[in-house]
Amino acid sequence: MATSHQASGIQAARLDAAGIAENFSDLHPPFDAHEAAVAADRCYFCFDAPCMTACPTSIDIPQFIREIQAGHPESAAKTILDQNILGGMCARVCPTETLCEEACVREAAEGKPVEIGRLQRYATDRVMEKNEHPFARAEATGKRIAVVGAGPAGLAAAHRLAMLGHDVQVFDAREKPGGLNEFGIAAYKATDDFAQREVDWLLQIGGITMQYGQKLGAQISLDELKEQFDAVFLSIGLAGVNTLRTEGEDLKGVRDAVDFIADLRQADDLTTLPVGRNVVVIGGGMTAVDAAVQSKLLGAENVTIAYRRSREEMGASRFEQDLAASKGVKLMFNVMPVAIHGEGAVSEIELEYTEVSGGKVTGTGERFRLVADQVFKAIGQTLQGQPDAIALEGGKIKVDANGRTSVAGVWAGGDCASGGEDLTVTAVAEGRDAAMDIHSSLMG
Amino acid sequence: MADLTTEFLGIKSPNPFWLASAPPTDKEYNVRRAFEAGWGGVVWKTLGAEGPPVVNVNGPRYGAIWGADRRLLGLNNIELITDRPLQTNLEEITRVKKDYPDRAVIVSIMVPCEEQAWKDILPQVEATGADGIELNFGCPHGMAERGMGSAVGQVPEYIQMVTEWCKKYYSKPVIVKLTPNITDIRHPARAAHAGHADAVSLINTINSITSVDLDNMAPEPTIGGKGTHGGYCGPAVKPIALNMVAEIARDPQTRGLPISAIGGVTTWRDAAEFMAMGAGNVQVCTAAMTYGFKVVQEMISGLSNWMDEKGYTSTQDFIGMAVPNVTDWQYLDLNYVTKARISQDDCIKCGRCYAACEDTSHQAIAMSEDRVFTVKDDECVACNLCVNVCPVEGCITMEEVPAGQIDERTGKVVSGEYANWTTHPNNPSATAAE
Ligand SMILES: Cc1cc2nc3c(=O)[nH]c(=O)nc-3n(C[C@H](O)[C@H](O)[C@H](O)COP(=O)(O)OP(=O)(O)OC[C@H]3O[C@@H](n4cnc5c(N)ncnc54)[C@H](O)[C@@H]3O)c2cc1C
Ligand SMILES: Cc1cc2nc3c(=O)[nH]c(=O)nc-3n(C[C@H](O)[C@H](O)[C@H](O)COP(=O)(O)O)c2cc1C
Ligand code: SF4
Ligand code: SF4
Ligand code: SF4
Repeated sequence: MATSHQASGIQAARLDAAGIAENFSDLHPPFDAHEAAVAADRCYFCFDAPCMTACPTSIDIPQFIREIQAGHPESAAKTILDQNILGGMCARVCPTETLCEEACVREAAEGKPVEIGRLQRYATDRVMEKNEHPFARAEATGKRIAVVGAGPAGLAAAHRLAMLGHDVQVFDAREKPGGLNEFGIAAYKATDDFAQREVDWLLQIGGITMQYGQKLGAQISLDELKEQFDAVFLSIGLAGVNTLRTEGEDLKGVRDAVDFIADLRQADDLTTLPVGRNVVVIGGGMTAVDAAVQSKLLGAENVTIAYRRSREEMGASRFEQDLAASKGVKLMFNVMPVAIHGEGAVSEIELEYTEVSGGKVTGTGERFRLVADQVFKAIGQTLQGQPDAIALEGGKIKVDANGRTSVAGVWAGGDCASGGEDLTVTAVAEGRDAAMDIHSSLMG
Repeated sequence: MADLTTEFLGIKSPNPFWLASAPPTDKEYNVRRAFEAGWGGVVWKTLGAEGPPVVNVNGPRYGAIWGADRRLLGLNNIELITDRPLQTNLEEITRVKKDYPDRAVIVSIMVPCEEQAWKDILPQVEATGADGIELNFGCPHGMAERGMGSAVGQVPEYIQMVTEWCKKYYSKPVIVKLTPNITDIRHPARAAHAGHADAVSLINTINSITSVDLDNMAPEPTIGGKGTHGGYCGPAVKPIALNMVAEIARDPQTRGLPISAIGGVTTWRDAAEFMAMGAGNVQVCTAAMTYGFKVVQEMISGLSNWMDEKGYTSTQDFIGMAVPNVTDWQYLDLNYVTKARISQDDCIKCGRCYAACEDTSHQAIAMSEDRVFTVKDDECVACNLCVNVCPVEGCITMEEVPAGQIDERTGKVVSGEYANWTTHPNNPSATAAE
């Protein structure tokens, strides 16, 4: 028996298995061959294509679309994977509306870009389906490289290094690889255990050893790694979270959105995952949207995103905002939490309207309360667990254009490193580029 | 709504859209439904001589090429003439014509190149009450090997001879259907004219192999591992047909000979173009085979709409109007100078014009850092390639450089006076300009 939407408190089974299955199906269902042909035919094969410039991994988009159009998606996949070894995941999770598809000339022309993301998925799926790995390792170099963190940045670096003939050892604090691909990305973006399947496929290159439960700062240290390996790549993401520093933050029912999402991603059966009846999510980024939408999809009755700045300043793209709205999430702008109320557990959240001037947010004094039995905090992740010896910049590991940190022999990339947006595709680009730099510095 | 009634060889039909001799017109059932759908006339699927009918292959008989979204652009077939008994067809034709007196019914015929064969069949056809006959000298496959179809159509003397027989043994209009599988379409047209044909119709299908099955290493359509060339038709052949129609329309020897145009007619516009190029009406096969009989409705609404806009009250008003403007290359005005112009408001910055011009033409398009594309007047030869490759219709236009202005490429002032190759100083056989 499913628990109804109206049942108060944090409850599992608000929807039955069928409802859950429907809600968590693929956000962008895959193209079939004909749809792919039609979508591919729309590409103009632009000269010096703007979409390619907009892709952080610089995939040759007109080339791969032409390969689909000409009936050989396997070559298309190779074109994609040459630049972006996680092209399959990126096809699913990239905010294309702010990257390649925003730059597509057909977006400018008619507001309907070529569906690059879905075409990329079409091509990469063909190769993954056949479980073919179109890359081989170069002759062994005898060099050993440590990669810390098995998220997109670490995996991209490891693959590229292994391909170049190095031996790679990947350490991750968790018991599973994938980083936020496995623990963070919204479930409806990477269905059917795609993150793990992709890692398995990626590891077919050989030369990569995975070690789980190895946390930098606990089981392993940078000094040891530096001693044992020819180079170290840090890709530890952002393991910490910001706190609200608001009264009532410790009440039961108040939680970090990333933890809720990680639980959701790891749940074998989503009908067993509890969610509130009235959920309020604090924040304005992708994490806030994902927590809100997935709460709604689990069967929460009312879900509100409370963001302290305006819609224009929201980190989540307009597409993400519309997605949330279409699922029935209420978006509130220019409101900030001032207190969380409740006896033992949260029952209400008190918010204040804000004004933003000169980038600074101030309360207007006008306050109101929302009924809430669950509050998710999604106000940003922070760097945690980085070695002391390393210089930071803006709260992240300081790196140069090649990913080199302040410590010789140590590179970093992905969310933990300075520069670039915090996106899967950016992490892949940084991992790949750091790998190339490690290779050239080791091989002279 | 303009009146589309068209008279061709004295045969009246409610519109100029006839179905060409092909599967759509192979039997009573089809033809009745075609008339109900609005077709102005039909040319019945080609009849053969009395006796056991031809047989078709029992494997696939069509091949095709497609454009975006699997839009059919070209169709190829290896079908023969009707494979039903002559008497059955004649009885059906008689019934249909009786029931549809206001529609054109033409009977297509292909019998051996012997006078007796024609003498035998023509009275039987005459007895059906059909409005005329069309001589199928076009079929490029199967029948040609038996000395019929394009085997006759490729020899002008045979065309003239058979046409003369038909005029002798048949009292109503005789249309000669021409094959495009020849070097110069004017020769068979002249032969038909000499044989006193009332009209020519063209084109029949073009010899073709649409594709090769790379697994079986055989042409498509493949029948038991083998394939053969077939006849090509559909939108892809329209430009070829249009030129052939124009050649006959402007040839001094055949000028005025009525033409029924065939080849790739798919929309009203194709029909209007053929008619402007001298055709009295058009025949359609592939469009109907692709979309069904209903396509004629768009042709009807489109043509009458356009005629209303232009103020034409009868198809007669515009037939042949474009013919005087078809000329030979040597008479084109070499002092007519244009330059490509890119509308920055319409440009979507795809860079295709740049790639095309830079890589394959005259390096006359400049691309700035921020992807602004402009034409270099001192390099542009006005070839029109950029216009054709630009995905935005109307974004690049050809603007005439007015007389008195300098053509920046040549540095010469545009004279505004007509001058062609025949008088050009570079032409060794130039005749001095008067
Ligand atoms: C909820 C959510 C939704 C998102 N949605 C999208 C999206 O739709 N599209 C998109 O492009 N991006 C999205 N992102 C961002 C994207 O997931 C990240 O930018 C990307 O995963 C960064 O990759 P990374 O390899 O740098 O770090 P991570 O993916 O965070 O991986 C870091 C890895 O390091 C390990 N680790 C951490 N600390 C240590 C340590 N001390 N010792 C050893 N191992 C350690 C972790 O266990 C983890 O496996 C989302 C992020 C979140 C939080
Ligand atoms: C399957 C098929 C069979 C045809 N059979 C005949 C025929 O029996 N007699 C004939 O004169 N033309 C025949 N044609 C040629 C058509 O009448 C027509 O000339 C040609 O298809 C070009 O017109 P379209 O581009 O509108 O199809 C045939 C065409 C096709 C596709
Ligand atoms: S910008 Fe759009 S149309 Fe141009 S190459 Fe990229 S996907 Fe194709
Ligand atoms: S079109 Fe009709 S006859 Fe031809 S193969 Fe298809 S079903 Fe059969
Ligand atoms: S082809 Fe057309 S749209 Fe593309 S850059 Fe050139 S002018 Fe602009």
